[in-house]
Amino acid sequence: MIGAIPMTHGLIAAAVLFALGLVGLLVRRNIIYMLMCIEIMLNAAGLAFIVAASRWGQPDGQIMFMVILSTAAAEVAVGLALVLRFYSRFKTLDADIANDMRG
Amino acid sequence: MNAVFYIASAVAIISTLMVITRMQPVHSLLYLIVSLLAVSLMFFALGAPFIAALEVIVYAGAIMVLFVFVIMMLNLGREAAEQERRWIDISMWKGPVILALVLLALMIHVLYGGNPGAVSGRVVSPKEMSIALFGPYLMVVELASILLLAGLVGAYHLARRDTDDKEQKRS
Amino acid sequence: MFGLFWLVPAMPFAGFAILALMGSRLSRNAIASVGAGTVGISAVISLGLGLRFLLSPPSGHTYTLSLWTWIDVAGFTPHFALYLDALSMVMTLIVTVVGFLIHVYSIEYMRDDPAYSRFFAYMNLFVGSMLMLVLADNLLLLYLGWEGVGLCSYLLIGFWYSNPANGRAAVKAFVVTRVGDTAMALGLFLLFTKLGTLDIQEMMQRASEQWPVGSGIAVLAAALLLGGAVGKSAQLPLQVWLPDAMAGPTPVSALIHAATMVTAGVYLIARMHTVFELAPPVLMLVAVVGAVTLLLAGFAALTQRDIKRVLAYSTISQIGYMFLALGVGAYSAAIFHLFTHAFFKALLFMGAGAIILALHHEQDMFKMGGLRKQMPVVFWTFLIGAMSLAALPLVTAGFYSKDMILYEAWSSHIGGPVFWLAGCAGAIITGLYTFRMVILTFFGEQKTAPGHGPGLCIKIPLIVLALFSTIAGFLEIPRSLGNVPLFSDFLEAALPHAPLIEGSVFIEALLQVIAICGVLAGVAAAIILFARRREYIRNLLAKPWAAYLHELWFAGWGFDALYHALFVQPYVYIAQVNKDDFTDSFYNELARLTAAFHRALSATQTGRLRWYMMGIAAGAAITLAIVVFL
Repeated sequence: MIGAIPMTHGLIAAAVLFALGLVGLLVRRNIIYMLMCIEIMLNAAGLAFIVAASRWGQPDGQIMFMVILSTAAAEVAVGLALVLRFYSRFKTLDADIANDMRG
Repeated sequence: MNAVFYIASAVAIISTLMVITRMQPVHSLLYLIVSLLAVSLMFFALGAPFIAALEVIVYAGAIMVLFVFVIMMLNLGREAAEQERRWIDISMWKGPVILALVLLALMIHVLYGGNPGAVSGRVVSPKEMSIALFGPYLMVVELASILLLAGLVGAYHLARRDTDDKEQKRS
Repeated sequence: MFGLFWLVPAMPFAGFAILALMGSRLSRNAIASVGAGTVGISAVISLGLGLRFLLSPPSGHTYTLSLWTWIDVAGFTPHFALYLDALSMVMTLIVTVVGFLIHVYSIEYMRDDPAYSRFFAYMNLFVGSMLMLVLADNLLLLYLGWEGVGLCSYLLIGFWYSNPANGRAAVKAFVVTRVGDTAMALGLFLLFTKLGTLDIQEMMQRASEQWPVGSGIAVLAAALLLGGAVGKSAQLPLQVWLPDAMAGPTPVSALIHAATMVTAGVYLIARMHTVFELAPPVLMLVAVVGAVTLLLAGFAALTQRDIKRVLAYSTISQIGYMFLALGVGAYSAAIFHLFTHAFFKALLFMGAGAIILALHHEQDMFKMGGLRKQMPVVFWTFLIGAMSLAALPLVTAGFYSKDMILYEAWSSHIGGPVFWLAGCAGAIITGLYTFRMVILTFFGEQKTAPGHGPGLCIKIPLIVLALFSTIAGFLEIPRSLGNVPLFSDFLEAALPHAPLIEGSVFIEALLQVIAICGVLAGVAAAIILFARRREYIRNLLAKPWAAYLHELWFAGWGFDALYHALFVQPYVYIAQVNKDDFTDSFYNELARLTAAFHRALSATQTGRLRWYMMGIAAGAAITLAIVVFL
């Protein structure tokens, strides 16, 4: 049923998704968008792991993906909480507003 | 199954492209969900059904819902879309696109260097996954749970609404 | 007794060390006792030494005390050695006794100055260096003292440094004497290379053996030494610094610029007389310089308004007399005049200082007047000093010393009537400007009321010096009046007698009478012009040629303007043109590059999140590229 998909293609798909996430991260100014792009990138990394896992037919890669998944979940929770604090302080979601450096 | 994989990856890439180019936050969220679903399909085609299901349940189901909640709380509507249009114009895309293309080219170059072979056709069942989780990767489970606990506590603390100044100062 | 004479220079140095290290923590009285006390002890010891020297002189009339070997390099071994003979004895006595009196005077004069300890520290350092100069056994040690007094002169002229004009005057003094010092250093190098030693007595011995009279090398060496002497003693052409040096406190002017430092040049020539005798053209030059300077300075003194400037030009003029005497070979006469001049010039300066202090730092004579009744002690002592300066006959020390110079100028082999005439004319002018000064200051109507008068610390030195100005002359009475050659006999062992054509006593008496008449005429003219008929002066100055001369003499014969145009302006021009030379531009570029680098690096710290992410992504790309391709 599952044919011989060359691993390279899978990894290229992951790379393209990662690159798209990177572009989005660099271009958008809205924090929510930035967080979304981070999710895209994490997802792409996970895809790479799964491709590797299925290359060898081992569950290890999938377990790695589970770790990535839980990390993404925790990070999104904390990140969105921070976004809420950011919004209540700056009244806007512009990431460039917060550019005061100490000293 | 190969066709499923390639079609799903095409959908994922196109919808990700849509994510980063939409002006309305809700639109891009929805496109993101589509992208996640497509990726899940790719997982299924690669022989990882458990993970495919997890992707839908946790990623598209929980994390994206969190995003939706926040966007609803912040009431990002028409003004947000206007703002986005003002902030982004074509000239801003040049640098990041070039950078990403360079990175992509490098990665592809690396990938084509070796000859890793093809995907094995085996489906990794949930049973194998659980044995691995309870066996050699037991610590992973513990660590993941601690991580989630930390995330929980942090998110709770950070998102607490401060009603009086005293609490503000203390936090 | 003689073994102790290293204490004489050591005490002032010790005083300097104490005041420099602890001066700010001592009370006024402690500072005064240390400052004046050390010089006082030196004075007492040198008086004792002098007595011992007179009564039981050491063998050969010289005594050398070698303290330690200073340098020992390739056969060049100057010692730190002190040499006592009649000449250095006289100089030591002058420096310590007059120095002590001036220190006592400064106790009261500088009482209100906040930098009391710094003043006494510098004064002590000066006295120590001057003693080093006169007691030096070799030219290197002499040069050390020479430079030391130059430094102290700079420090003390610019004592009130918060006024930039004082600093400029100090720098001017230092730079002009530096020109002379460089010539002297070159002379030292020449003497050392040719004679192989810097020990003075050795050197003179070898020079008289090896160099024929009038040889080029002797002329060159003597001319270079003369350059140094001219600079330090403010003679032509380096006299421009002394009038401006009056910016320093009055005790400084009294000590350094009247009694001691400016006489260092005279001492040098007297000390190195053998070398000069081997170069007759240079000796003639010394006499000519002396004669011309004494006239030039005399005319300039006639027109000055500031009382200290009159005294400064007067000093230049009197040192001209000393140079004249040295040039005609009358060494003892020159030293005798140095001796008496130290007393009456210090007296005059101190008196002027007392007046300036009482009139709240008013120095313009035309704003003084009528102080005779209100400051009697100052008036009488000043008058005695002025009489000595003008060389009024028979009762003043100045008369005897100036007369000795005039007579020996006339009758020396090298000299002649021309020099005598110059000296005589100078004496007339001296009488004129001296009594102009006295009349303007003490007689006439009072223009500024004096504050409270001077205290004991000022009055006692004035009285002591007035006494000396009177009786010091009796050490050397000419033949026509009694023939008491005490002074020249004392100096005979160190300095040769002048080469005189023996003339009759009658000629000597005649010359004296002419000179006396000239002086009295000058004094009388001063009294008439300034006390009785001021309108003669006013009418004279109305004529254009007279006004022009007045302007010229007021500016010291225009030397300042000449040097400014000749040296200062070209130098400044070259410095301006050279401002952006390539060394400067190299360093400027370096600075600009660093600043540009700084700006570039600061620009990367924007604080914006996306900027940093761009950095991370670019870094990842570069690292990957390096790993893949290299």
